[in-house]
Amino acid sequence: MAGNERVDVLIIGSGASGAAMAWSLAETKMRILCLEQGDWVRSTDLPSNGRDWESRRYTDFDISPNRRGRDTDYPVNDDNSLMKIANFNGVGGGTVIYTAHWPRMHPSDFKVKSLDGVADDWPVDYWALERFYDENDRMMGVSGLAGDPGVPPRHPPMPPIPLGRTGTHYARAMNRLGWHWWPSDTTIATTDYDGRAACINLGHCTPGCAQGAKASTDITYWPLAIRAGVELRTRCRVREITTDEHGMAAGAIYYDADGREHFQPAEVVILACNGVGTPRLLLASASARFPNGLANSSGLVGKNLMLHPWPIVSGYVEEALDGGRAPINSMWSKQFYETDLSRGFVRGYTLQFGRGTGPANEAITSAAAGRLPWGRDHHRVYRELLGHRVGIGVACEDLPEEHNRVSLDPVLKDSNGIPAPRIDYTISENTRRMMEHGIARAEEILTEAGATRVQASRTVLNSPGHLLGTARMGNDPERSVVNGWGRCHDVKNLFIVDGSIWVTSGGVNPTSTIQALALYIADQMKQRLATLFD
Amino acid sequence: MGNAVETGLSAAEIRNLRDIAGTMIPESATFGVPGADDPAILDDIVKSVGRDLPLVREALAAIAARSAGAFAGLDRDGREALINDYYASGGAAAVTLGRVIVGAYYRDDRVLLALGLEARAPFPKGYTLEQGDWSLLDAVRKRAPFWRDDRTTLAGERSDGRQ
Repeated sequence: MAGNERVDVLIIGSGASGAAMAWSLAETKMRILCLEQGDWVRSTDLPSNGRDWESRRYTDFDISPNRRGRDTDYPVNDDNSLMKIANFNGVGGGTVIYTAHWPRMHPSDFKVKSLDGVADDWPVDYWALERFYDENDRMMGVSGLAGDPGVPPRHPPMPPIPLGRTGTHYARAMNRLGWHWWPSDTTIATTDYDGRAACINLGHCTPGCAQGAKASTDITYWPLAIRAGVELRTRCRVREITTDEHGMAAGAIYYDADGREHFQPAEVVILACNGVGTPRLLLASASARFPNGLANSSGLVGKNLMLHPWPIVSGYVEEALDGGRAPINSMWSKQFYETDLSRGFVRGYTLQFGRGTGPANEAITSAAAGRLPWGRDHHRVYRELLGHRVGIGVACEDLPEEHNRVSLDPVLKDSNGIPAPRIDYTISENTRRMMEHGIARAEEILTEAGATRVQASRTVLNSPGHLLGTARMGNDPERSVVNGWGRCHDVKNLFIVDGSIWVTSGGVNPTSTIQALALYIADQMKQRLATLFD
Repeated sequence: MGNAVETGLSAAEIRNLRDIAGTMIPESATFGVPGADDPAILDDIVKSVGRDLPLVREALAAIAARSAGAFAGLDRDGREALINDYYASGGAAAVTLGRVIVGAYYRDDRVLLALGLEARAPFPKGYTLEQGDWSLLDAVRKRAPFWRDDRTTLAGERSDGRQ
């Protein structure tokens, strides 16, 4: 096995949290190395460059690693889960193929036990993270509008994405109902910003942005981190974290692109592999000293997986809208976000209003939903659908339950022979009630908007599946994996900074909070450099 | 067709695919569009099969089985009924077959132009998104903040009524 020169900090994973961490720690002038199992993604390779841009959402830019099947991906056994796992393995990680919807958690999300008597409070609160949210918004480049009464004050640096015809249509309906709505915060640049060109509306943003208007960490944090001296090594797939005779992390064993095994020694190891990849790696790093997996004396590594159930309700209006030719994000509603027990469940959800979709995807999804027939009537019905779609996502908070978990699959392995993760996940009764409430409200909104053919999908093709909670934060080592600033209770030079450390999930897209939390942890580390392992 | 080697589909399978695609999306003089069995579109479909070959092949076999190997010999009503029944109950293979066919069909120049769309990739030209009516936000701006501030809420009652 090849041995490498020792580094001060080894970060595993270059996505949302790993990139933010690398950039923030770079000012310490420590020697920092990041290992990434995927490649850099070139903007010329992104789907919106080609006529097959819609089809590639179902092949090499699918959000499911199982369908995507690149040689840089690892398989996931998610057969025992209604929701499927979404990720991307490459520089930038999941930020390469996300929708760029950018809500923050609410203050109440960090205090669910104190406020609502469920799950656990976080060991940090919104106010401790607030300045890191702001810093991250500047780094990623956020478009939005201040003054939203549904969320705490924040000041996005760029104006919001236009409402367009679709947003205007929703807004009229929401005003008639008297319900809250606001233009969504997004990381899609609406003006030229920090070297990025403004959005020119290339259609659905999820499979990457050829214009570079959508923020992903390969074009935001990484160029700055590399310029500051951080080394980013691609095509390096980590097999395990090793420990020394003192029970401290010694480094990582990884495979390079040619399958050669390397050992990378490090003073500090930071995991940023997402809520599935991180527990997989910890469990795969079991040893005589740590027989149940590394940092797992609590037995909670892999448990409490939260995936954010996300029903989508869609319909069709007579007016010609602007779907398929603009970002899918338009606006959000926080009307049903905060707990109201009269609704029959605790906690709440965000309503996320989307724009329609392109010509091929309209046919694909409408045929799958049974509203577009095959045969002579196909063309007539299709013309009633294309350009007329409205759709609302219900972003439900998913509370932690230990039986929802990531474990190592006893059979399935990746191309390097590393055990694949297995997902066991069910949707709780509280969440089901929340989903049904959200579906009913979304149907009400679409009906008010004049939509027909209203249809709800409870778990949809390409549903998000955010990866959260599988190495939770906490002050009690028996009930958590890491402490309040990301350090493993059991291994004092091992840190976790991705979505796996979340205590609860909130009802929002998580990337903004994942990165704010990573910046917070980096700041905590920098303040404690002299006593980091005490 | 040379595509048999490229895609793994046999010449017989491509013939069956042509008959099925033409049934699913037929040519229409009314709407001014070719069918999915048009040679150029069929060629694109065949080239697009790629990683979906096993499921596409499974779908072709299932349709052949349902028609006792005589799909092309059925009348038009019979073919359409068979396809719609199969698609409704065929699971991943049926959905994949449909996705591969429409993925190629709805990027054909003639089809896009007939729909009033531009026949091009989104980048680099992009599209225009109008601002919409921002005055609609005035009603929302008037609302008082309604997010829960834990710093003040925790001084009062919890949502479950306990102190």
